[in-house]
Amino acid sequence: MLTIRAAADAGIRRHGRDAYPHECCGALIGRAGVVTEALALPNATAEGPRRRFLVRPVDYRAAERRAAERGGELVGFYHSHPDGPARPSQVDLDHAWPAFAYVIVAVANHEPGSLTSWRMRDDRSSFDEEAVVIETADRNQPDEHDETPWPPGS
Amino acid sequence: MATRILIPTPLRGFTDKQDVVEADGQTVGELLANMTARYTGLRQHLYAADGSLRSFVNIYVNDDDIRYLDKEKTPVTADDTVSIIPSVAGGRAS
Repeated sequence: MLTIRAAADAGIRRHGRDAYPHECCGALIGRAGVVTEALALPNATAEGPRRRFLVRPVDYRAAERRAAERGGELVGFYHSHPDGPARPSQVDLDHAWPAFAYVIVAVANHEPGSLTSWRMRDDRSSFDEEAVVIETADRNQPDEHDETPWPPGS
Repeated sequence: MATRILIPTPLRGFTDKQDVVEADGQTVGELLANMTARYTGLRQHLYAADGSLRSFVNIYVNDDDIRYLDKEKTPVTADDTVSIIPSVAGGRAS
């Protein structure tokens, strides 16, 4: 099961809508298995952003650093499937890393729809879907909010 | 002398949760071979079936990508830090 704070869920959906018809991508940062922040990252693919995404090593490194600075962890990554289902493709499986949550949001006609989460098996044979719970923050767990532009300098 | 290797988050489950491991070797290739001989679960995530490094696996010696050095023949010393840095990629079915 993957728990996502409501603000992070909204951030993923907003990014998917804004990037449409291109794929968006970003990092999932959290604590104790709860995603508290969706960190938008540039889609650096050279293969056509309508059906591919790529997070560069420099941005991956920055995401790990950000998670460490927040006392948290890198839980996984998200991306959108414009005009496609919220299910991982063979391309996703071929490039996947173990342990990470892979969140996919389907976007059709600019509107984000289904949002799913998947984890690759250690033998790389397939993904298993996991339940997603959207958590509304309470007073003891304020949503993280950061106006810092991303990437730095943008 | 052993060289430090920084392990990214998704691979720490295969290195007893350690974010830094040490291995011996005079080149990056030797270093990675010795590391994966010890932590065998890393192999399939770093190497393709033909034995080459997967395209989305990036190996840096200090701040330099080995693709722009001498690839796996890049020499290393105990003073270097080697990092395994993922590219994260994918997309919808073609």
